[in-house]
Amino acid sequence: MQNTLVKESENDRVIEGERELIADILAGNHERYYELIAPIERRVYYTAYAILRAEADAEEVSQEAILKAFRGLRTFRGEARFSSWLLSIVGNEARMRLRKRREVSLELLKSPDNEDEYTPIELAEWREIPVEALAQKELAARLEEALAALPEIYREVLILRDIDELNIAETSAALEISVPAVKTRLLRARLMARDYFVSRSWARHLGFGKAQP
Amino acid sequence: MITLSCEEVRREISNYLDDDLSPSMRRLLETHLEQCRKCAVLLDSTHNVLVLLADEQRFELPAGFSVRVRQILAKEFEKAKR
Repeated sequence: MQNTLVKESENDRVIEGERELIADILAGNHERYYELIAPIERRVYYTAYAILRAEADAEEVSQEAILKAFRGLRTFRGEARFSSWLLSIVGNEARMRLRKRREVSLELLKSPDNEDEYTPIELAEWREIPVEALAQKELAARLEEALAALPEIYREVLILRDIDELNIAETSAALEISVPAVKTRLLRARLMARDYFVSRSWARHLGFGKAQP
Repeated sequence: MITLSCEEVRREISNYLDDDLSPSMRRLLETHLEQCRKCAVLLDSTHNVLVLLADEQRFELPAGFSVRVRQILAKEFEKAKR
């Protein structure tokens, strides 16, 4: 939050570095494409996985997107980070596959993108989460659970914005929805993810207990 | 002085976390947070969950993922040379 300015200049440096790297790859040093991919492989896979919820499918879609980005590298204009471009390709490919995989999703019917007020669970007190109190593996599993519990439209926006760290404009482009829609969904998604933790009994000893009436 | 209701604060929590508020709105919101324990707790707990999510290192790649990506790309590079 407070590092917005620092992040922006860092962003410019990254874009500049990527521009040189991409020019080099396009000039024929194809092997250097690995350098471009390596730092974001995890996010690529996780974005696909978040949408598809199946390891094999997520890996296939990740590979397809990485190939597609390589083949289309000449069309990448370098105005944004390469990562946001690739992640939006992955997001699109994954959603296309999902559409093919199922007819009408019950989940989509259950989660209309309405403007209704969402009321988060009330807490009397909040203590910092002692992260050490949860084994890293367990924490990862709990986070996966929390994400899996979210309706798809909220899961996608939360992953792109808060795990992949795309900015609002990039998230809007990746999901092909308007900036205000991103913000509306993001608010709901964040409150829902937070409530997931707040309402779990296992989280109670971590200071997530519900407010006493 | 204009003040915000808890509902109005709740609506702006996500934008506040993204530092995406006008200076005047930000001041109003912070004034409310200083006086309202309930909203301060909501903000802190939401922020903490996002901090947990933001560490992508927590999410593991399937074993051999990178190797397989490299194999597929190596084939593609061969094709591109021809």
